[in-house]
Amino acid sequence: MSGGRVITLQIDGRDCGAREEQTILEVARENGIYIPTLCHLNGLHPVGGCRICLVEIAGAPRPLPACVTHPVEGMQVTTDNPELRRQRRLILELMLAEGNHICAVCVVNGHCELQELALQLGVDHLEVPALYPSREVDASHPRFGLDRNRCVLCTRCVRVCGEIEGAHTWDVMGRGLQAMVISDLNQPWGEAESCTGCGKCVQVCPTGALFEKGKSAGEMVKRHLHLPLLTAMRREEEAGE
Amino acid sequence: MTPEELQRIAAEELQARQHARHRIGVCTASGCLSCGSREVLTAIKQEAADKPEMNLRVEGVGCMGLCSRGPLVWVQTNPPPTETSTAASADASPTASAPNLPDASPDDSADITTDASSDRPTGASARAESALLYKQLTPDDAPTLIATLAAAPASPTAAAAPPATTAEQTSAQDSTQTSAQAPATGDHPLAQKICDPAMPFFKRQVKVVLDQFENIDPERLESYLAADGYLALLDCLHHRRPPEIIDEITRSGLRGRGGGGYPTGLKWSTVAKASAFVPQAGQGHAGSGRQSAGEAERPDGPRKYVICNADEGDPGAFMDRSVLESAPHRVLEGMAIAAYAVGADFGYIYVRAEYPLAVERLRKAIGQAEKQGLLGRNIGGSDFNFQVEIRLGAGAFVCGEETALLASIEGRRGQPRPRPPYPAEHGLWGCPTLINNVETFANVAAIINRGADWFASLGTDKSKGTKVFALAGKVANTGLIEVPMGISLTEIVNEMGGGTPDEAGGAIKAVQTGGPSGGCIPAAHFNLPVDYESLQAEGSIMGSGGMIIMDDTAAMVDVARFFMEFCVEESCGKCTPCRVGTKQVLLLLEKIGRGEGRPADLTQLEELCHLLQQTSLCGLGQSAANPVLSTLRFFRREYVELLAGEEEA
Repeated sequence: MSGGRVITLQIDGRDCGAREEQTILEVARENGIYIPTLCHLNGLHPVGGCRICLVEIAGAPRPLPACVTHPVEGMQVTTDNPELRRQRRLILELMLAEGNHICAVCVVNGHCELQELALQLGVDHLEVPALYPSREVDASHPRFGLDRNRCVLCTRCVRVCGEIEGAHTWDVMGRGLQAMVISDLNQPWGEAESCTGCGKCVQVCPTGALFEKGKSAGEMVKRHLHLPLLTAMRREEEAGE
Repeated sequence: MTPEELQRIAAEELQARQHARHRIGVCTASGCLSCGSREVLTAIKQEAADKPEMNLRVEGVGCMGLCSRGPLVWVQTNPPPTETSTAASADASPTASAPNLPDASPDDSADITTDASSDRPTGASARAESALLYKQLTPDDAPTLIATLAAAPASPTAAAAPPATTAEQTSAQDSTQTSAQAPATGDHPLAQKICDPAMPFFKRQVKVVLDQFENIDPERLESYLAADGYLALLDCLHHRRPPEIIDEITRSGLRGRGGGGYPTGLKWSTVAKASAFVPQAGQGHAGSGRQSAGEAERPDGPRKYVICNADEGDPGAFMDRSVLESAPHRVLEGMAIAAYAVGADFGYIYVRAEYPLAVERLRKAIGQAEKQGLLGRNIGGSDFNFQVEIRLGAGAFVCGEETALLASIEGRRGQPRPRPPYPAEHGLWGCPTLINNVETFANVAAIINRGADWFASLGTDKSKGTKVFALAGKVANTGLIEVPMGISLTEIVNEMGGGTPDEAGGAIKAVQTGGPSGGCIPAAHFNLPVDYESLQAEGSIMGSGGMIIMDDTAAMVDVARFFMEFCVEESCGKCTPCRVGTKQVLLLLEKIGRGEGRPADLTQLEELCHLLQQTSLCGLGQSAANPVLSTLRFFRREYVELLAGEEEA
């Protein structure tokens, strides 16, 4: 992690120092500048899929996701302006319209990253029609449940299972609106032999798509503060070898 | 294979061709096969076998372009074997490429092809001199065809048609063919089936990529060698250093033919400069690196890759398919030259599984080339190694996007990733990777053989060379054409395409270029020169070369809806704007199409399109809105009229 060049860039007019292998998101957070995110989670490999963390970079033809874009000397980054806010809001609306996000009956009501983001970005109604999909719920696992109707395809579960737990139980099947997370080769979760039952996927899921059984509406509180620790431990182990 | 051996084989092949009294070529590309050219070929071969005294040489050959009139068959009668007197009516030859090209004087290629050019007269020019092109032949016509040959006078060269008198010969094929061929064909029993070689569809073409397709048997290496095949590769390996080749390509002005139009020379030099890298399994994602069987036997050292993108997926586009089916060796040669230039030793051809014939011929071609030492180890006696493998796409449009293509080859889910890093720096298994389209590679050998200056003399200032287009839709002559860049859309659609088909008769309204990433250009703008910049300025793109011509029965809202349906279906689902945004745009288009739209819907439509353009992850999503935006730009009235109907009701 050392050895990279050190550069300076401007984020929202503030001069920031950065190592070139960092991302704009990391540098912004170090400097107390907030950029909303959804699919990003510290400790997991970033994918740049949700497009919530888009920032404007002077000279770039279109906004770029802060979670995967690396800083360049002299780069000028804008993290907040009316245009970006409008785009983020519209993207979030699309996401909310895609699934069945009915907070009042959801296990994570009040503890949901998607809900929080909607409040923060001022999404209080949908301008696009909701698609009301009819997706399968998987309750075959003895301790956990998966309600795909609440899934936003952030792939955090896929990544935490593959990268941290090393089980790679989860993956994505199908494309476009038919894309969905599956366990093993699309077997019921309860029959997935690779699953260790560690529950990391449940904790990192930003919505109520993955939940612990036995929790009623609003009772499911996610804990994923341990993730960066796990990542750091793994990194140290690798460095020590 | 040494250059001498290559020339010996080529000369033998040419001699064998000349030895025959008559040569008959039957198109064996998909277009003609689908209307029965395989049966026609069998029937003609049967006839020929029954009459060995006639000394016929029957070959399956590559695509001749006029796919709508298949099966196409050409017949050439060789002059009596006294003297190879060619020269003469070169400009009456529709398909002979060399005489049509601006600077194609023999001197241009002399320095490279000295030995070959002495054997050349038997090539394209000889065939065109006396060849007749038949269309829509059936197996039942075979006996008649052979009978006419038996009865033919000794010198059918009189059949050479005069140049087209007027350029405005719309739907020329039926009206003019008889007059043009009259001197020779008089009471020809198949007169109705003879194509006029002077029709603009043939006359206007300038062939570089499609050069000599009618002479090349796709399944025989010798046939390609006789068309100067692999000369360029051996020349590069023995006489040129990689930087010289890259310089040649850069000076030629060749740009990526897959649609982006990125300068090919620049891409090559970037990959050449990138340092080779040890392939790493499972870049980024745990458990994702599944190495192929072929990979296992390769060395562990640092390497670079060359990839040919043959995942042609635009609706209505079939350029790459035809090239691969007609001259797979031309693509392999281009790849090998590229590999030598950038320092790669391994290549993949990523071709869609929906092209079984192209795959089969590629396989065969790779086998032939390896056997002759034109691929594999120590190519042409040099110390250059280059191995090629085929990877099949599983029908995902998005896998034509280069980063998704890489993921797919690596055995992962075919999804794009953000760029940079670009594949030139960080590509397949982390190694520097050159990715070019089929047509780009097919241009390479010609540039090496004939020089960058020759290539740069074709086309416009910023878009050099030629472009292959697939004409489809409401036009008389659908098929494959190759034209110099900068030609106007009128020339392509109205002259070469021959306007609307006879039965329909409706006026041409617009042409859609660039597939689901392109846009519709209205007939009023048809004087537009076809090059990368001009098309972009009109809200469309060059794309890979599909052109769908629409007449006035086409409702533009429906057209936009069709392409948006395609994008909804083909979105990979990784990023939100494309996954959900395309669906929402489609819903709006359906609503407007049903006449239930409101003015606010139009505003929202534009806003969503803008969002798609600005925030999608890859080129597919960013350009998915183009069909909507361009129809909104030129045919807004059609949208508004559908709204107005609702408000009155």
